[in-house]
Amino acid sequence: MKIKMTINNVLKEVEVSPSEFLLDVLRRLDYMSVKKGCDTGTCGVCTVLMDGKPVLSCSVLAASADGHKITTIEGLRDDPEFKAISQALLDEGADQCGFCSPGLILNVYAMKRDLKNPTEEEMKKYLVGNLCRCTGYVPQMRAIKKYFEVRS
Amino acid sequence: MIEIKEYCRPKTVEEAYEKLINIEGAEIIGSGAFMRLSSRKINLAIDLQDAGLNYVKLENDEIKIGGATPLGDVERNEIIKNAFSGKLVEVFQMIWSVQLRNIATIGGTVFPRLGFSDLITTLLALNADVVLFNNGRMPLEVFLEEKIRKDILVEIILKNKDMKFSFQNVRNSFYDFSILNAAVSVDKDNNYRIAIGARPAVAKLAINAMNYLKENKNIEEVAKIAAQEMDYGTNIKGSKEYREMVAPVLVKRGLEEVIK
Ligand SMILES: Cc1cc2nc3c(=O)[nH]c(=O)nc-3n(C[C@H](O)[C@H](O)[C@H](O)COP(=O)(O)OP(=O)(O)OC[C@H]3O[C@@H](n4cnc5c(N)ncnc54)[C@H](O)[C@@H]3O)c2cc1C
Ligand code: FES
Ligand code: FES
Repeated sequence: MKIKMTINNVLKEVEVSPSEFLLDVLRRLDYMSVKKGCDTGTCGVCTVLMDGKPVLSCSVLAASADGHKITTIEGLRDDPEFKAISQALLDEGADQCGFCSPGLILNVYAMKRDLKNPTEEEMKKYLVGNLCRCTGYVPQMRAIKKYFEVRS
Repeated sequence: MIEIKEYCRPKTVEEAYEKLINIEGAEIIGSGAFMRLSSRKINLAIDLQDAGLNYVKLENDEIKIGGATPLGDVERNEIIKNAFSGKLVEVFQMIWSVQLRNIATIGGTVFPRLGFSDLITTLLALNADVVLFNNGRMPLEVFLEEKIRKDILVEIILKNKDMKFSFQNVRNSFYDFSILNAAVSVDKDNNYRIAIGARPAVAKLAINAMNYLKENKNIEEVAKIAAQEMDYGTNIKGSKEYREMVAPVLVKRGLEEVIK
């Protein structure tokens, strides 16, 4: 079946099977920043924005994304918020393999819009679905707090 | 793996129901988030996103939540934030991750009567009604006992947004399923409701304990009665014995919170 999605502000018509999930379609279309980790809704590395909201692309049927707006990290390349978040992570050495970074950055991007002056506890609750196998979250939290300019 | 032959997005609930009952192997999908974890073949996936079931509204003093509303939309809604002294929002925020809640729908959460559900336990204690397209409106506890398979969950209704309410659970980490959960509520006329779930079976009301509470406010005793009238089981998350021991503690904490 044919579906239409606006991916990173470009309208695309894509042929998908009704059984396919959005993650596999995006990777098939070469949006390689979108990673596949668990494929069961647990790790958050497949996060993309759908109509601006962070979702697990491994758990969204591609067909149900028909007519929606999808944003991956590639689409935020020139976005100042994206640059600030990734710079903060780099500054704190919070990326090792970087596998989890695209998903984390997209969720932090959405969190900035959703939460006003969040406490550290609120940040942790918002980011609970973004797992990292390498860094142990301490440098990530440090970076994110700096980005939010939160005093601990 | 799920295998879906065809996908459709009806514009009305009537049309969706028509397809559901007339086409063999047709199934409603929310986002497919939970469905995809099982292995099944679906001839027609019926997506409700265009069927007008995405809303939270206040009508005649009742809160109505459309069956296809993602949990995230419910949690961000001002009516929900203000209801039950903000306690309901807290339960929503415990359900897995922001990203999952932005896709998982309330219909996909309540209709399959999932044993581990935190939301069903909560809605039971809050005396919620469900509205099904074909079977109509009924209390959630009745729906949980019925063997309804082919129908559409159109709406969840919360009748009394002023109840005092507490949700309690044990889990290994914040980002996990409940090993056991309990919810307790009391309304202005001192009617108590106690529900225990993730036993690991689907939540049930502790009727004996609720009756006992009408005459007697001995919290220790109520908690004991509530815990004793439930059946428990063992699964990967915890043993039957562990759940039995934890149950009265959760009920007691819940009661203490709503009584104080
Ligand atoms: C990784 C993961 C973790 C989770 N953790 C928790 C948790 O901690 N606590 C908790 O309470 N829940 C949890 N859930 C459950 C979650 O809240 C949802 O129940 C689940 O994702 C299903 O939502 P969905 O809308 O995608 O439904 P789907 O997966 O699309 O559908 C599930 C079932 O519901 C049926 N269905 C869907 N909508 C309707 C409707 N309107 N009418 C009739 N039938 C319908 C479908 O036919 C299907 O059988 C978790 C789910 C996942 C995948
Ligand atoms: S790949 Fe989607 S949550 Fe892990
Ligand atoms: S940096 Fe490797 S998974 Fe997070």
